[in-house]
Amino acid sequence: MSKEVPTNTTAWAASYEEEPSQASVPPQPNGVTALKPLGWAPVNWAKANLFDTPLNTGLTVLCLAILWLTVPPMVNWLLLNAVWSGSSEACREAAGACWSIIAVKHRLIFFGTYPYEEQWRPFLACGLFVAMLGVSGVRAFWRPGLAVAWALVLVGMGVLMWGGILGLTYVANDRWGGLPITLMLSVFAIALAFPLSILLALGRQSSLPAIRTFCIGFIELMRGVPLVSVLFMASVMFPLFLPEGVTVDKLLRALAGLTLFTAAYLAEAVRGGLQAIPKGQYEAADALGLSYWQKTRLIILPQALRIVIPPIVNQFISCFKDTSLVTIVGLYDLLTAATVATTDPEWRPYFAEVYVFAGMIFWLFCFSMSRYSQWLERLANRYTRR
Amino acid sequence: MTENAIIELRKVGKWYNSYHALRDVSLSIGKGEKVVVCGPSGSGKSTMIRCINRLEAHQTGHIVVDGIELTDDVKAVEKIRRKVGMVFQNFNLFPHLTVLQNLTLAPIWVRGMAKSEIEEIAMMYLKRVRIPDQAHKFPGQLSGGQQQRVAIARALCMRPEIMLFDEPTSALDPEMVKEVLDVMTELAGEGMTMVCVTHEMGFARQVADSIVFMAEGSIIESGSPAEFFENPKSERTRQFLGQILEH
Repeated sequence: MSKEVPTNTTAWAASYEEEPSQASVPPQPNGVTALKPLGWAPVNWAKANLFDTPLNTGLTVLCLAILWLTVPPMVNWLLLNAVWSGSSEACREAAGACWSIIAVKHRLIFFGTYPYEEQWRPFLACGLFVAMLGVSGVRAFWRPGLAVAWALVLVGMGVLMWGGILGLTYVANDRWGGLPITLMLSVFAIALAFPLSILLALGRQSSLPAIRTFCIGFIELMRGVPLVSVLFMASVMFPLFLPEGVTVDKLLRALAGLTLFTAAYLAEAVRGGLQAIPKGQYEAADALGLSYWQKTRLIILPQALRIVIPPIVNQFISCFKDTSLVTIVGLYDLLTAATVATTDPEWRPYFAEVYVFAGMIFWLFCFSMSRYSQWLERLANRYTRR
Repeated sequence: MTENAIIELRKVGKWYNSYHALRDVSLSIGKGEKVVVCGPSGSGKSTMIRCINRLEAHQTGHIVVDGIELTDDVKAVEKIRRKVGMVFQNFNLFPHLTVLQNLTLAPIWVRGMAKSEIEEIAMMYLKRVRIPDQAHKFPGQLSGGQQQRVAIARALCMRPEIMLFDEPTSALDPEMVKEVLDVMTELAGEGMTMVCVTHEMGFARQVADSIVFMAEGSIIESGSPAEFFENPKSERTRQFLGQILEH
């Protein structure tokens, strides 16, 4: 890079101005790639990254061996040798997976013990629910009308699931099962736990000792107890404290347990966000005369929640999967329904297929949440990167 | 003590645990007066100015702002904060809001003003601090000097009677100090009551009605710029001026 010798100070200043662009030529990476590579690029890449030292060469060979031993049998079992339809006899002769059990049992897995002829109702309810969740994720729909739509959809779902009006037969909610239970429990638990967790996190930082002590006590108690015991307490012990004649539905009790448990974990994630906000933000809001709630709602939370999107969604995903634990209080979530599907003597040998299938459904929802959170993070940080 | 003081500190004391931050500070500032507070770091000048709008609570003595005494009473504090604007060393703009939203937020929520009305006023203040074209940018996209001018405009949008400046130019690159001081000088010319913690002695000489020198939590001396610079009374002041004016 040649640079002319400046003749006067102005020219010198001008060339100085340009210096950054000259300095920004990327430095040559050291090692193999610094030389003009000869031959085919992938081979060079492999040489530089996979076989550059004896240790790496060894590790590469080891990994290839493991892949060679595991991938082909897996593909064979899952796809090539699999039986896709037909009777259990056909499966007995095949070496691969028996996907016909899904074809035969999928209604039981998805809808549990809901009356067979009426299963279009939970199907429709789930469809509506998932569609609404999808719509709620789109920025263009973030307006007051969305709340109205949600209210209508929830009423519609209630009518579909319970029935008893509009000529639909009544189905008590202890006969619900499968995907509707998993979806509703997790989404309602998340939707209720999130605002609760914000209050808990704020309360934990409160200057009022009573509130602070209560929030710390609640969070530490809930975090210190396994979810299974929280669910047991909600479903077995809680009714003992209720006055005579008052009963709270089993589903609702499980939802309450799941909500409180999730809220305690979420509260800690939110607190992390609150603590990341510089003191100056609080002071600027105070100095402008904003009240505590105005400051919290307009200044602190919008910034704090952005920071903690990843841990919050992490907790959402965890909550979604945790719903499968409600089986211990006798609720038929997706995984329980799948387990029941494997108890048919004719199909008993093929439980693995059912669990792979159920796992895929769980994965689909969790992966969607994960991708959505990444999009949300990019949206939130578009302008405010400091 | 002046009859028509708008800010009155009487024997104000403050401790951080065992550290004595303010020792019997008494100060009286009249309406429209410009006071520059200076002193070495740790002298309590920021603590004192932050007590005036109760970002810090004093423990002994009295502070009365525009006839209202500062106590634990939240309502009184909120009333005073509406009258007192503050500009910070680190700007403290709200990074998730645009410049215009930074300016209009408090007037809308605290004063209950209509959005269209305050937006017009906000644009007027942005013009006065000479950055109307940045109204729809986010603070992170502005230079330090621009951010501090936005912060001044934000405080002015609340129509304060008093402006507090806590080292407004200390976090700025040298070439941006002037643009902020120019705005402050202009503001002083309009009769705003100003209390300013700063090391900018040129600004103090030009704008201040009186200069207060603090050290170790006490006011060592105060007086007009002429007296203060030409004829400082205490040895401590002479020492400080010697250090600061050498450069």
